[in-house]
Amino acid sequence: MIRWTLWVPLALFLLFCGVAAYQLTQPKDEFIASTMIGQPLPEFDLRAASADRPGLATRDLRDGQPRLLNVFASWCIPCIAEAPQLEALRRQGADIAAVAIRDKPEDVARFLANYGNPYSRIGADDLSELQLAIGSSGVPETFVIDGQGVIRYQHIGDIRASDVPVLLQKLAEAK
Amino acid sequence: MTSRLKAKHQRLILIVIALAALIGAGLLAAYALRNQASYFYVPAQMVSEPPAPGEAVRLGGMVQAGSLRTEPDGVTFAFVVGDGEATVPVRFAGILPDLFVEGSGVVAEGRLDPGGTFVADNLLAKHDENYIPRELEEMTEHQAQQVVAETTDEQLDPGA
Amino acid sequence: MIAELGLAALWLAAALAALQLVAGALALREGGAELAALVRPAAIVQGFLAGFSFLMLLVLFAQTDLSVKLVAMNSHSEKPMIFKLSGSFGNHEGSMLLWVTVMALAGALIAAVERRLPEKTMLATLAAQSFVGIGFYAFLLLSSNPFERLPVPALEGMGLNPLLQDIGLVFHPPTLYVGYVGLSVAFSFAVGALLTRQVTPDFARAMRPWVLGAWIFLTLGITAGSYWAYYELGWGGWWFWDPVENASLMPWLAATALLHSASVLASRDALRTWTIMLGVVAFSMSMVGTFLVRSGILTSVHAFAVDPERGTFILGLLVIYIGGALLLFALRAGTISEGERFSVTSREGALVFNNVMLSAILGIVLLGTLYPLLTEAFDVRVSVGPPYFNPVGAIFVVPMLLVMAVGPLLRWRKDSLTRIRLPIAIIGGALLAALILVSLLSSVSILPLLGLVLSIGLAIASFMPIRGRKLRLLPIATWGMMIAHFGIAVALFGMASESAFSEETLAAVEVGGSADVGDWNVVLTEVRPTAGPNWTALEGRMMVSYKGGDAKEIDPQSRNFWAPPQETTESALVTRWNGQLYAVIGRQAGEGRWQLRLWWKPFVTFIWYGGMLVALGGLLALIGRLMADLKRRSIKSRVAGRRAETAV
Repeated sequence: MIRWTLWVPLALFLLFCGVAAYQLTQPKDEFIASTMIGQPLPEFDLRAASADRPGLATRDLRDGQPRLLNVFASWCIPCIAEAPQLEALRRQGADIAAVAIRDKPEDVARFLANYGNPYSRIGADDLSELQLAIGSSGVPETFVIDGQGVIRYQHIGDIRASDVPVLLQKLAEAK
Repeated sequence: MTSRLKAKHQRLILIVIALAALIGAGLLAAYALRNQASYFYVPAQMVSEPPAPGEAVRLGGMVQAGSLRTEPDGVTFAFVVGDGEATVPVRFAGILPDLFVEGSGVVAEGRLDPGGTFVADNLLAKHDENYIPRELEEMTEHQAQQVVAETTDEQLDPGA
Repeated sequence: MIAELGLAALWLAAALAALQLVAGALALREGGAELAALVRPAAIVQGFLAGFSFLMLLVLFAQTDLSVKLVAMNSHSEKPMIFKLSGSFGNHEGSMLLWVTVMALAGALIAAVERRLPEKTMLATLAAQSFVGIGFYAFLLLSSNPFERLPVPALEGMGLNPLLQDIGLVFHPPTLYVGYVGLSVAFSFAVGALLTRQVTPDFARAMRPWVLGAWIFLTLGITAGSYWAYYELGWGGWWFWDPVENASLMPWLAATALLHSASVLASRDALRTWTIMLGVVAFSMSMVGTFLVRSGILTSVHAFAVDPERGTFILGLLVIYIGGALLLFALRAGTISEGERFSVTSREGALVFNNVMLSAILGIVLLGTLYPLLTEAFDVRVSVGPPYFNPVGAIFVVPMLLVMAVGPLLRWRKDSLTRIRLPIAIIGGALLAALILVSLLSSVSILPLLGLVLSIGLAIASFMPIRGRKLRLLPIATWGMMIAHFGIAVALFGMASESAFSEETLAAVEVGGSADVGDWNVVLTEVRPTAGPNWTALEGRMMVSYKGGDAKEIDPQSRNFWAPPQETTESALVTRWNGQLYAVIGRQAGEGRWQLRLWWKPFVTFIWYGGMLVALGGLLALIGRLMADLKRRSIKSRVAGRRAETAV
């Protein structure tokens, strides 16, 4: 047996790892995120998703105050997981607007009663229109919107405790 | 001595056969993959650079609202798939997949006929609140907006 | 509390794996012999702890403890109990826990029963097993903790993908997992042997039952998975060359090759490096398959929730384990002395040929599965399907089957074809007759034709080894081989027949109307709503009759699940000895008509009967080997006993 042939399997395997690693460093989310940052929000005007909070329109996000825009739904488990972090953000002075995706008012009310309501406004997006238009592909996601209605930052997935300072930082930068 | 030599000779034959088979398999696979892999198109590509008629390809896009028609035989369907820039008419005979509705994303497997209609053998539709077909993530934001505008004005309720 | 217990057990098991690794590695060096006594007990306790941890997860799912994130995301209080339990491994975290559990149990079993290996190789094997285990423990504990709690318990669970709420899926994944992970034993054996350089027939004999066991489970898992896809997806197909399916096929191909080369090593002390190589490759294929499926870099109809972070973690594990083993192979394999020689026309020669063919098929499947990944690096999206896999695979399957028909008739070491010219003539005659018969009776395209002809030839050939031997004296393992080979022929016949003779009817039928497919007449008598524990459905009632015979009722459904909301089609099957009627009801087609899709698939069931026969053959071979080992062991001890007596 020729000695170098013993190295062939290792070489092939490393080639595979190289391609796989390259693929893994091309996260699918990044593309979506990068197109949205720095873009103004589209025009929209959503009805209220819950009785005790007003609905959400583009003009509400252009009043000069930077905000978080949280995309959530009552049927989404990671949204439950991030509820304490949203509450922490609110306590530290963040104003959080929200969009409830494909939801019913009674489900939203139940969700908020159980897991807390850190939101100042909640719009209902029954057909995921706004969600798609702002480049969000899933729930939950959280956007940082500056006072002019321009998207400054996108956080994909649930907010972990370690993400709270990052979001506060981005919110401060958006001023 | 001769039998020893012969044994060595036989071993060499085996190694040569093995190497030839494995290299042959690799080359054959490479050749076949170039020809047999079916490429993915979005409607805009299919209009600007259509695949050869009869070549197996995949078409991915959003099913346009109001475009779904059932032929009199009850099992052939015609609809239009768009990506916000271009549209392609699609024909499909069979049972529509679970959760196939106007406005949902779809990936159709099939081929383009000479008349410019895409004849689908198979439809892959997946439709939940979190999902857009992976290939559609390549669409720009502008396209996505347009698709939303085109597909949501007359949305069917999957439960209805 | 239960979640915490499970997690604690998991951490402890991981700690024991570390102990097992360190003690094993030190004991291998000079002067570390006293540590050797630790290794076996550590492996056994580790097995118990991992098993306990998995049991705790099952309890959590049985109780539907919604404060646990995994339960909340994958279960629902209204789900039937059996699916609550299967929900525990129908997701990423739970299935990884199952993975480490099976691995730890396999390690414990080796430690408890394996006595044939030299002590050093044994220690190296257990150390290798725990080394691989540690990586997966780390993966579970650091990035996929199945016992994670929600800050506030959920009110209701999100349910389980309805496609997975099926009885077939209760048994299919654990079976496949035992197979995948059972191959880790072969991997550890190979690494152990490379470390101690002891690649002997005894080593192959020790490894063979483990490989056989894993292979039997893989065979059953693939067979069951194929049947599940066939009736549950409602597409009428039984194999889609989907990445998930390929991920289960590739380890099977490697394990099949390993099984045969190990038998050459055991009987004839040849193919030493090759067997080691296959031992490494087989489990590597399990891990690569898992990586491809879990990382989401390939899309699939059966995809798990994807997470690039997990992909990175698994890729890291792959680099360490596969890369490490291949590096060790490259460094050490050259120093393993060459085994016995043999002639090209001999049992070994035939087995080598088939090994090469199996490896080529494995390469073809692997390349086809990875090709989309490769082209995506150049921004071209493709999918690879049957037009690639079927013909390219066939180029290597056909010669393999031909040699497989003749190989078992050859003698070890050196033989000549003229000695067995009579059986060759019989097989050749059968092939020719089948070829003429099939091509006269119907026009069949080339691949199914080849399949039909070869399956008939192989079916006859598989029992040829009986010729000229006393049935009673034939070892059980030989029966196992013949039945497994016959099973391949049976499955091949089913595949070829399904693709050659299937008939399909697609029609819109009103209630009271009828449709024909093949020799079947189908009358739609009623469409009515019905409901199950967590779904509602439209059920079509049909009266079906074969060749005008007695009518039988079948009820295909189109189901709506509500947690999570999804529709599935439930096909209805009528099985006859010579095939299956497959009926699917679709949507309303307007004017009171309903869409029906009907197939008549002659002999399609042979595919899965064949798979089961293959597994049965494996089981017989396993029993035969174990019995022979026991006998040898008792003779040895008796001889030793007598020696002791005479010494006194």
